[in-house]
Amino acid sequence: MRKVCVLGGGMTIFRRRLQETGKEMSYEATKMALEEAGLELKDVDSVVMGSAPDAFDGIHMKGENLLDGAGGAGKPYLRVFVGGGTAVFTPIAGWWHIASGMADVCLVVAEEKMSSVFPHPQSAFGHIWDPILDRPLKPNLVWIFAMEMNRYMTVHGIKKEDIARVAVKNKRNALDHPCAQLAANLTIDDVLNSEMMAWPVQRLDISPPSDGASAMILASEEVAKKLTDDLVYLDGAGWCIDSTMWTDRDLYFPEYVAGAAKMAYKMAKIENPRKEIDVAEPYDPFDYKELHHMEGLLLCDKGEAPILTREGVTERDGDLPVCPSGGLLGVGNPIAATMGIKACEIYWQLAGKAGKRQVPNDPQVGICQAWGDLMQYGSVLIMRRG
Amino acid sequence: MTKPENPKGVELSSKQMKEGDVIVNKWDPRVKYAWATGEAISRFLEEMKNGKLIARKCDSCKRILFPPRMFCEECFKPTTEWVYIKDTGKIETYSISYLDKDARRITDPIFVGVVSIDGASEKMGIMHYFDETTKEEISIGMPVKAVWKPPEEREGAITDIKYFRPLKEGEE
Repeated sequence: MRKVCVLGGGMTIFRRRLQETGKEMSYEATKMALEEAGLELKDVDSVVMGSAPDAFDGIHMKGENLLDGAGGAGKPYLRVFVGGGTAVFTPIAGWWHIASGMADVCLVVAEEKMSSVFPHPQSAFGHIWDPILDRPLKPNLVWIFAMEMNRYMTVHGIKKEDIARVAVKNKRNALDHPCAQLAANLTIDDVLNSEMMAWPVQRLDISPPSDGASAMILASEEVAKKLTDDLVYLDGAGWCIDSTMWTDRDLYFPEYVAGAAKMAYKMAKIENPRKEIDVAEPYDPFDYKELHHMEGLLLCDKGEAPILTREGVTERDGDLPVCPSGGLLGVGNPIAATMGIKACEIYWQLAGKAGKRQVPNDPQVGICQAWGDLMQYGSVLIMRRG
Repeated sequence: MTKPENPKGVELSSKQMKEGDVIVNKWDPRVKYAWATGEAISRFLEEMKNGKLIARKCDSCKRILFPPRMFCEECFKPTTEWVYIKDTGKIETYSISYLDKDARRITDPIFVGVVSIDGASEKMGIMHYFDETTKEEISIGMPVKAVWKPPEEREGAITDIKYFRPLKEGEE
């Protein structure tokens, strides 16, 4: 298996509604990634596109619609989709193109335009539920998070204020991100006093629906060495999905994230993630999800993530910086395109290019993770500085 | 040097959309679906009409699977036996929702959650509504019982149960 490096990343701003089409956003992100890598489209051997449910864009065969903006015309091209997990699964699909020897340079693009659907993206999310057992109950996707959050809080006896700290931290971190949609200086009380959506989920516990695109350039070690001395390697990849029967499992712990993490740690030869990981970007569409995923990634014990957060361990200047980008909570949540604040961010952090967001602990190893489907899917990617 | 540099993207306001300052194209999809309910769920829905819950047993792992399925996803073998289970259970988790399915705000909240059913294997349950309880009373672990629609109103649907209510003392 060949070694794979990251050469560049790019992303558009994330907003509730952008003027640009999905194709145009993909083009902007792709151009930025190519420029950072110092490459042109002709140097790209294959293209992987990631995008979430077609129902948002209202265009079935969305991959084909986005093709030209993603630089895929006339090249080996495919679209991958694993719900919210697409954000980190898309670069994993790019990795195997190069690791297998099928390509030397792979362009990875992720896009989401959630604002096209009316009255609300939630109306499109309704179509992911089981049509016979779930849909007659007229579910809202926020229910999933509310039910999972309540179970997580109740099993471990976690207070809401300890979860609200995550929203405060990430929205503050996002003040330093040029693409951010909901950056803010808030207090725990602001979160606790925000509108009740679906108990225990409140307005400021949630990331916003967004439009946006992001891109990454991956290359074989041989190609990368010709272009840069500062190598960042994709060191481990993992993905795992649990049964569709989500009402049959205990929601307090994401076993499937742990499954994906173990697969990635084994490949990266990481035995003690807590000591060896320097910076983490777990998927944070809701504040409790960052904690839930830190535990799933085995970065701490079950129920310990809120304690580490309270102690400041996960702040940008803490022992284990978590979501230094500002995350989905602060930068925005264009589902697949959150690759820009997960995989791209870990690359920028390890390459020392994160500017005001740069974590000060001289990171050597970073991890990112995304989550999706009906509380059942995890994708994990580990990067290491060369 | 901070990455990303100079990110592009032009934000639109609701006003620009409503007042036609930007050109948008609209399409109203009209499709209908008739889903097969399948072997296991068809029987499950038939039994709902009778006011009963039914599960399937896996002979290999001995689990009583609910909702029922014709194969066990863990053993990957056919399930072998229909098993009636109770219409009582316990609340595994819940939410009190002020959002409808389109994220519109509602003032009368929906109590919803997962209820594991007595007689099925541990944690085996369904999503459903809760009622005859309050925000203060409802809790994870609370024993509950199904409240069925009158027999003449049942149609073979998950909504043949109106909701689950707290189990009364001494009740089974």
